[in-house]
Order: sequence, then structure tokens, then C-alpha cells
Amino acid sequence: METLEPILSKHPFFKGLDKAYMELVTGCAKNVRFDAGQFIFRQHEAADVFYIIRQGKVALELSPPGRPPVTLETVNEEEILGWAWLVPPYHWHCDAQAVELTRAIALDGKCLRNKCMEDHDLGFELLNRLLPVIGKRMEATQLQLMDVYGTKA
Amino acid sequence: MEDIQRQNVMVPRPFLVHRVHKETEDTFTLELNGEDSAESPPFIPGQFNMLYAFGIGEVPISISGRSEASGGWLHTIREVGTVTRALHRMKRGGVLGLRGPFGTGWPIEEARGNDIVFMAGGIGLAPLRPALHVVQSMRDQFGEVALLYGARTPESLLFEKERELWRAKFGVQVKVTVDAAGREWKRNVGVVTNLVERASFDPAHTVAFICGPEVMMRFSVVELKQCGVPEDKIYISMERNMKCAVGFCGHCQFGPTFICKDGPVYRYDRIRQFLNVREV
Repeated sequence: METLEPILSKHPFFKGLDKAYMELVTGCAKNVRFDAGQFIFRQHEAADVFYIIRQGKVALELSPPGRPPVTLETVNEEEILGWAWLVPPYHWHCDAQAVELTRAIALDGKCLRNKCMEDHDLGFELLNRLLPVIGKRMEATQLQLMDVYGTKA
Repeated sequence: MEDIQRQNVMVPRPFLVHRVHKETEDTFTLELNGEDSAESPPFIPGQFNMLYAFGIGEVPISISGRSEASGGWLHTIREVGTVTRALHRMKRGGVLGLRGPFGTGWPIEEARGNDIVFMAGGIGLAPLRPALHVVQSMRDQFGEVALLYGARTPESLLFEKERELWRAKFGVQVKVTVDAAGREWKRNVGVVTNLVERASFDPAHTVAFICGPEVMMRFSVVELKQCGVPEDKIYISMERNMKCAVGFCGHCQFGPTFICKDGPVYRYDRIRQFLNVREV
């Protein structure tokens, strides 16, 4: 049976990952699709999945009470969606909504967490790949907070 | 003789407002014509003029293009203070004072045969626009051309029709993002630096022109360097409090240089050491 391994191993996030680990990761993966407008996850829900976007665009949103939702960032093809599955308390920090038809590979976060607990080297590998993504998003948030295009910038 | 030349560059010439075009809520383009065509001679994209609202003050404004119809200079201005507010209130037929053009421009010739990445933030697209016009006029002499453009909100994006033209007719990869948006916006949200890895270009053979707020330019340089664009192929347009525009007064001193005459367009590696010095 054809597995998702060839697709996953070509993805920048998993590039160079040991074949044995790749097989472990693939064991937690499945294909998913979301229609435009469909919510992929909601803020405060359990974060038990993360996604490799293969096609489409996903908006990360906040919905402050009494105010219209604000899109903070969009995640596009070749990027990953979600890191809260690896960081306690494993809850999403915002909503994710498909902006257009989106195809992705969903990785079972619980399954991966367990495998990382059993094999810390795998955990180290995944954290090593995830931390730069988190760091980059934090840097982007700093830039957004500075409001560099505002009149007082 | 030198004194006379100095006096001349310090004296504003009267220019007629031929047209005022509203770009966004706080941004507008003035089309300015001198008394004869010699009054608006050729300029290098990236250069600026000093615009004087009589009795109020003078501000440096980059030239954002030339009107095809009247041949006059275009200046795209964001209302941020007293002088730009006065300029915003000007109507067709109004007169303002103009000195220029001043400063260095984008080295488009050097980019010939290479890929070009234009990175613009906010009003920073205006000084890059005439460079894009030049590239568009000799498109076959460049490889990939990408325009990566970030703004605060969808409403503050500039030159929509032209961006579409560059994309559809001239094969420019136009990628746009905004810092925040509502659900009605179906395109990218996030910082402009995110667009770098989404564009297609050969980093080793790319020349990058960046214009926008200084913080945005610093992050952009970091991203381009990470991609493999050499430091000596990155150009940025600096902004400081320019007054005389010819390097006499020292208001715009930046390290050992004066932005008004040694800039505003600098090769990044030549000023890198001053960018991280506080209060410079």
C-alpha cells in the first residue's frame, strides 16, 4: 500500500529526518481537506493535530468578544499549521479557518507526543524543527505589534 | 561660482499642481508641472524632491513617477504632519515650491541580467514605483522579477491597478500581504518578510531593492541574506530629517554620510555598521 512517506519526506519541515523516524511520523499521518470557510480548529480546543499544508491557504484568527474577527496571519502551501500540540497545555491559541479549498496532511499530535516520550531523540528532532517556526512567528508578531506602517512608527 | 550654485539649489522653483489623485484615506499623489518641460528634467528612480508648502514648511518627498499625459513629476505623499497636511489640501491650479531632484537612485543598470526582488513596506512602494517602470520598459533584460509588498491593512495598499498590470502583462511576481485584516480579505496576512520564501528567484544572482520603515528593511535584509542574497546586492532607501538636501546642514547625517546626498539609496554592506548604532 502506498503511504504518505514520500510526500512527507519531501516537505521542508521533515527534510533530512532519519528514515526510521520518518516511518514513525508517517504512522500518525492522514490526508485531509477543508472547504473554503471551514474551521480547522478553534481557540482553546484541545490541540491534538498539526498540519502540513499541501495546497490552499488557512487564516489564523482571533475573535475578541464584541469585535469582529481579526486575521493575524495566513499559512500557505509548504508551511506547517499548528505547534500547540507539542507544548502543554496542548490547547490552540487561535482559530484556524480555510480561506480557500485546502488540502493537508494531518499528523496526530497525541500519537506523535507519545512517540516522542518513548524516543527522546525523535522529540529532539521534532522540537529542533518546530522551534525555528515558533521563533519566526514570534518575530513576525513583534513586527506587527510595532505597527511599523502606522503614523507613529 | 560655487556660491551661486549653492544659492540656486536652495531656492524653490514654483510648480503648478496639475492633478491631485487620492490613493487611500491618508495618501495622495500630486502631479506637478514646472513652467516649461525643462523644469521637470529626467530623474533617477529613488531620488527625491523638496516640496515647499508656502508659509508652512518643506519636506523631502520621493518621486513616484512621471505623468504620461503632462510629463510632470508625480509625488505620492502620506499625510503625517503639518506640511504634508497642507500639501493634501492643495487643489488643481495651486502652486508650491520645489527643489530637486536630489540624492542617489536605484542602480537598475547593475541589476541587468539578474533577478530582481523589490521589497516595499507601506508608502515605500512609491519610491520603488519608477524603478518598476524602468524594469517594465526593458523587461526582457532581467530574469525573475518579484515585488513583495506589505502594508498595514488592505485599505492602505497602493497602486492596485499597476500591481495587476505588472503581474499580468510584465510577468512580475506580485505578492502582497497586510499586517492585519478582516475575514473579507482572502489574500496573505502577515509580515512582508514571510513573502521572501514564497517568491521564486535565484538568490546568488539577485539584486534586491528595499524601501519602507527602517525596522521592516532590517528584517527584510536578514531574510534575504538567509535565502542567500549577497550583502553587496542589497540596496535600501534610508530616511532621516532632510533639510537642505545638499549635504550642507548636517540634519540627515548618518555615520560619516549625509542621506540627502550620499543616499537615500545605499548599498547595504556600506552602511551596515551604522544601522545598529543607537541614536544614529
